[in-house]
Amino acid sequence: MSDVETSGTGTGSGPSPSRRNLLRGAAGAAGLAAVSGGLLTACSSSDSSDKKSGGSGGSGSVAGSTVTFGSNYSDPAAKTAFAALTTAATASSKVKVTINTVDHNTFQDNITSYLQGTPDDLFTWFAGYRMQYFAAQGLAQPLDDVWEKIGGNFGPAAKQLSTGLDGHQYLVPLYNYPWVVFYNKSEFAKHHYTVPTTWDEYVALAKQMKTDGLIPIAFADKDGWPALGTFDILNMRINGYDYHTKLLTHKIPWTDAGVATVFQHWAELLPYMQSGANGRIWQDAAKTLETKKAGMMFQGTNQVAAQYVTDKADLDDLDFFTFPSINPKWGQDYMDAPTDGFMLSKKAKNTDAAKAVLEYIGSGPAEAEYLKTDQWDVGLANGLQVPSYNAIQKKSVAEIGKCKAVAQFMDRDSDPAMATAMIAILQKFIDDPSTGNIAKLQKSAEQQAKAIYTS
Amino acid sequence: MSSTSHVDTAAAAQDGATAPARRRRRGVRRLSLRDRIVVGVLLGIPLLLDLAFVWFPAIGTALLSFTKWNGVGSLHTQTCKPNLPSILNNGCWYGVQNYHQAATIYPAFWPAVRHNLIWLAVFVLIATPLGMLFAVLIDRGIRGSRMYQSILFLPVMLSLALVGIIWEFMYSQNYGLINTVIGRTGDSNAIDWLGNPHLNLWSVLVEATWRQSGYVMVLYLAGLKAVDPTLREAATVDGANAWQTFWRVIFPVMRPINIVVMVVTVIESLRAFDLVYITNKGINGLELLSVLVTSNIVGETQRVGFGSALGVVLLIISLVPISVFLYQTFRREEAS
Repeated sequence: MSDVETSGTGTGSGPSPSRRNLLRGAAGAAGLAAVSGGLLTACSSSDSSDKKSGGSGGSGSVAGSTVTFGSNYSDPAAKTAFAALTTAATASSKVKVTINTVDHNTFQDNITSYLQGTPDDLFTWFAGYRMQYFAAQGLAQPLDDVWEKIGGNFGPAAKQLSTGLDGHQYLVPLYNYPWVVFYNKSEFAKHHYTVPTTWDEYVALAKQMKTDGLIPIAFADKDGWPALGTFDILNMRINGYDYHTKLLTHKIPWTDAGVATVFQHWAELLPYMQSGANGRIWQDAAKTLETKKAGMMFQGTNQVAAQYVTDKADLDDLDFFTFPSINPKWGQDYMDAPTDGFMLSKKAKNTDAAKAVLEYIGSGPAEAEYLKTDQWDVGLANGLQVPSYNAIQKKSVAEIGKCKAVAQFMDRDSDPAMATAMIAILQKFIDDPSTGNIAKLQKSAEQQAKAIYTS
Repeated sequence: MSSTSHVDTAAAAQDGATAPARRRRRGVRRLSLRDRIVVGVLLGIPLLLDLAFVWFPAIGTALLSFTKWNGVGSLHTQTCKPNLPSILNNGCWYGVQNYHQAATIYPAFWPAVRHNLIWLAVFVLIATPLGMLFAVLIDRGIRGSRMYQSILFLPVMLSLALVGIIWEFMYSQNYGLINTVIGRTGDSNAIDWLGNPHLNLWSVLVEATWRQSGYVMVLYLAGLKAVDPTLREAATVDGANAWQTFWRVIFPVMRPINIVVMVVTVIESLRAFDLVYITNKGINGLELLSVLVTSNIVGETQRVGFGSALGVVLLIISLVPISVFLYQTFRREEAS
């Protein structure tokens, strides 16, 4: 639990407190009433004392108090953008925000113990089943009153993404980003390629690229999760959105014939995808696209476009198209567009001030403030005007807008234990995409899903 | 020899001091209150620490392995109800289901057991002999032996996490040193050292051996330095060659060091974790029991009961070499 807090080593721009400072800050906020032993109260992880101090802190005036914010925005660019967002939030709500940045993966790995220990008031998290799971365990506070005020800023889809299984809202969204097929405009112009809209065109284009000496589709899966996105999009294109969500929550068995069809399509595409994916990190795959050794790459803008920015590659040359349609019944109606946002922890010490911060964050200007630094994600607020949007971001907004539904991502739409199981299964599929192996992997997925979801 | 003469002098010294010895013996029988407190504290603190940090977690883990728990909320004694979503079936008594699932439907379990055994075998059969060879060569005083000693010992000073990162630069498919040197960085001919499940365990074992053999070398060097040089001289006088001198004379004398090295080897191979976790979090050909325990217990959604069951399996496997070692040691003590 303390791992989460102590590993927050801050460098660079954002305010980055040590654990001690953080606790002192929290104690300062909570200890208005509890004059003696304020520090002890804040240190104690027992429920009762936390609630007591939370109550007393909450009754005080919101302005001038301090809210702690556990953040997994650990990449330098995201960290800068997040610091700008919280600075703006302080200016708007007069609540001081102390950020406690933790490495992205560490944050996720420790989330359960972090939320049960001494969490920050607010924390960064993801929409979808993943949010619902933690809300259902009683680790987050409902934000219905916040949504009463910010609800007008968002469309029904964004509200749906922020709603837990019990019908209350638990998340304030900030941005999302689409999973699409990236390519370099110059490379397509040079070879006179056209953007494919159907599966046959896509496979034919890949074949042509191979003949032209390119790696058709840059691909990496050493981290395990990137391949989940390919499964998601194939499943949504072939079987539709409803089927996809039902499969991921195990209302449809993994041994279903629809799943086999997904794997068969993937097996057809696999010869055109960069080989040795299981040993490559996605940053290296993005580099093969950057250096024009590869023709296309299917991944999120949050990764590919962000990588172009990091590498100072030619972002203007980068373009994307949505994954081609396979089953005409669904066309290109769906995509993965994971949404990130913020939640209020159950043990928050300064609830009122935290809600004041959330009210600001759930507004158009707040999203615009964040997106000034961020050149790949897009905001969710209605009619959001962001002058700093580049071509990729403008197109992202348009393409997400065209979708009838957006999925979050396999590890956000299902029990994370199931996503972990699927990571291993998809890697085995990439190693051996034969029909016999597909059947075996489907059976294994179903057995594990049964153990995870129902027994 | 030298050891017996030590004993003799010690005995002589004791004889010379009979009077204080008698007084002390009477003191043992009747401990003063202060002595009793001292003994109590000196025995009690280690005992408490042992209970708190060894027995309590071990027994706790064994108990948890019979439950289903995701780390949120508290445990209770009700039996898990079948066919309920796991989110409602939390903290309940699960019987041996965790073990059953691990052995039957958890695909990573048997590979992990196998990889743990391979790891042990490579350490015993390759890393340790290699370290011994280095030690013997350096001990023979070849030119620049101090430099070689430093080079071979260098990886031991690095943490395994760092070793893993260093080797990533060696093994990376398109940008790594090895593939660049052998000219296989293209997309179609690149060797996927860390991603190919038939290859990556061995690649990582090379990393582990790189470090482990240096460690073993240092232990053996210490042992070799302690060997009485007169033994070597005697062997040379008797006409033994280098090979015979080492195996017939030096090696048997180093028995205590050999035992230490065996224990270190077994421990290091059973706690193997860092390298594979740094490499790819221990999936796709690099499964190890320690990693499976971690990936189930540490993580976004925790399967604490299941992970504990895997931990108990690892404990049982660890108990085998430990029991053998203890049995051997105690038998020798009784005999002597």
